[in-house]
Amino acid sequence: MIKKNKQIMRIKTMLLVSFTFAAVFMISGCETDETQTVATFTELVMSDEFDTEGAPNNAIWNFDIGNGEGTAAGPGWGNGELQYYTDRAENVTVQNGVLIITAKEEQFNGSNYTSAKLLTKGKFEQTYGRFEARIKLPWGQGIWPAFWLLGDDANGSEVWPDIGEIDIMEYIGSHPTKVFGTVHGPGYSGAEGITKSFELKDDRFDTGFHIFGIEWGPDYINYYVDDVLYNQITPEDVPGEWVFNRGPFYIILNVAVGGALPGSPNAETVFPQNMLVDYVRVYKNSYN
Amino acid sequence: MKNRRFIYTKITFLLGLVFIINVSCERELSDEVEFATNSAAGEIFTDSPIGLGTNFYFPFLGSKATAWTVDDSQGYESQSSMRFDVPNANDPEGSYAGAIFRTDGAGRDLTGYDALTFWAKASQGVVIGQLGFGQDFLDNKYQAHIENVSFSTNWVKYVIPIPDAAKLFEERGMFWYSAGTQDTGGLGYTFWIDELKFEKLGTIGQPRPALYDGEDIEAQSFVGTDGEVNIRSVTFNLASGENVSVVPAPSYFDWTSSEPSVVSIGDFGKLSVIGSGMAVITATLAGVEAPGSLTIEVLGAFEAAPTPPARDSGDVISVFSNAYTDVSVDYYNGYFAPFQTTQGQNDIFINGDNVINYTDLNFVGIGTFVDVAPVNANDMTHFYVDINVREAIQSGDFIRLELINNVGGTETKGTYTIDSSQLLEEEWVSFDIPLDDFSGLTVRNQLGLIFFISDATISNIYVDNVYYYKE
Repeated sequence: MIKKNKQIMRIKTMLLVSFTFAAVFMISGCETDETQTVATFTELVMSDEFDTEGAPNNAIWNFDIGNGEGTAAGPGWGNGELQYYTDRAENVTVQNGVLIITAKEEQFNGSNYTSAKLLTKGKFEQTYGRFEARIKLPWGQGIWPAFWLLGDDANGSEVWPDIGEIDIMEYIGSHPTKVFGTVHGPGYSGAEGITKSFELKDDRFDTGFHIFGIEWGPDYINYYVDDVLYNQITPEDVPGEWVFNRGPFYIILNVAVGGALPGSPNAETVFPQNMLVDYVRVYKNSYN
Repeated sequence: MKNRRFIYTKITFLLGLVFIINVSCERELSDEVEFATNSAAGEIFTDSPIGLGTNFYFPFLGSKATAWTVDDSQGYESQSSMRFDVPNANDPEGSYAGAIFRTDGAGRDLTGYDALTFWAKASQGVVIGQLGFGQDFLDNKYQAHIENVSFSTNWVKYVIPIPDAAKLFEERGMFWYSAGTQDTGGLGYTFWIDELKFEKLGTIGQPRPALYDGEDIEAQSFVGTDGEVNIRSVTFNLASGENVSVVPAPSYFDWTSSEPSVVSIGDFGKLSVIGSGMAVITATLAGVEAPGSLTIEVLGAFEAAPTPPARDSGDVISVFSNAYTDVSVDYYNGYFAPFQTTQGQNDIFINGDNVINYTDLNFVGIGTFVDVAPVNANDMTHFYVDINVREAIQSGDFIRLELINNVGGTETKGTYTIDSSQLLEEEWVSFDIPLDDFSGLTVRNQLGLIFFISDATISNIYVDNVYYYKE
């Protein structure tokens, strides 16, 4: 595994050298797959390219609605978040080939902000695989978007953190050059999650699209951004039970506002804020 | 696997080359094209000035010309930096520090950069007034700066985003600063700047230009007036999450007039009022629309006050007139709190003539007693003023003129009341008043205030040609 990391570092160096050419290459619309260096999972099993205008495809996506009240997490979704999730077009829509999740500042059912949270729970769940999305992130103090997975809860008979959580990409809008990938499980939940951040040195996540993904197999989760594999988490890294070999996980895309991690928005936070998702793709290992 | 991946990368690289070639085939360069030969160097000062030539430091008027030196005893991760000694406010050689650094010779090509950056510290925590670039004492076409920058006693990196680098293909104004002692009680201090350079950070984003802080402003004007949108900004977000606002010169913007036959837009974003009607001025910066606008209602041609007759300079003491040389004046509106409502001062400039416009008038004073010599009118016989009332006149309306001698001392004052029958709506009326008619004005050797008092019976007037003369 260490060997693998080295390869990627060298590839990254070459890519930096050919930075200009890579930019032209991207514009040309070639398949981004070809630029991926993490490609042991190659068989596409699910993708949403967001090519149909209007509401997201309900064969793939559900919504969480509300401020968390009545859920196991409670108001604020367990994190002191300030938004009220809706499935209204002003908070979630597909336009021009991208999914747009919009966080707005508005009075709505007792909350000061609205946003949206999409889940594939009960519609698409998978154990292992390569999960990736191409996303342009929002920005500003108090903005907290995420692309993440939760383990199936067997109709509520199992609870977080035992079900496991894989945060493929989290980001807070006050650090526009940094994302982080985290796993949570029993003994390493909340602030104790096993995490690593990845920082762009000469670019930002809110000014263009970037690819965020994991390659997840038995006893390992590899994290990558664009062409860079930046972390690998294995059972040795977690202080509790490894809960990622036990069953299928579903996908979540959301933009939270406020909460313990990013802090509240301030006077300088610009609303509305949009997270644009060009695609979500899931692959499996062809040997599975 | 390992080999295959490397091959992939090389293919990417080659494909990239092919694309470049294709693009260049589609867009052939004409024979006339000359490639830019301006230096694209970004460094301005590392351990010494870089590529600035020999004659590059030009102090501002009234500043201490020797404020800047190279300090070879300290620097950011080096032994050398630029040292700026801001003088005490009472320093006879200059009351503040400020200058431009203009590269000697051809300008530089800065189009590949997105910020001017530097490390700085100060001898005490202090707020520096202005720091920027693009000021060259020529056109200052692409001047840009940040304001009220907080320096601490240890080295900190500062970033001044370039409003639109595409415009800076030949820029001589590398750096400028202005620092005073307003916040230090007039006491001087020192600050150091090092590693001053233009950089391509790539982490600056979300440019948000604005006019008038995003407000829609309305103004009235006359044919022949020139001006500009004078409150401009563009705010960028840095990698740190910090928002930095830069003040860009008008030339960075692309301006639009909704009615070019009413207000036209010239070089450097200059607005020229050329016709009657209404025009809305808006702008974009590097393709981003700036919220905020200026709506100009043009009232037609400006009717100027009558031109005063030629007089010997010893026979006139002028307070406000383009016909004579004015004495020094503290202000044309003292904004006396809390009872004064009057707005406006000498802010109309048209066809080479300055005109005062007082609005929301209840009372207002022209001061000559704070920092300037009071007017000695012992030898004068008359007080003269032109007044143009900008509204309908009711009976009972009045403007009372009041002259005050020895303000703050043993005050004496004289008044002369102009009643409604003497005033005309939207027309100039000249008042030529013997000083003896100012009842109560027994002494007039230290005149310090000229009051216009209407008690809000009249709220909008133009005033011109305010002077004393000897018959």
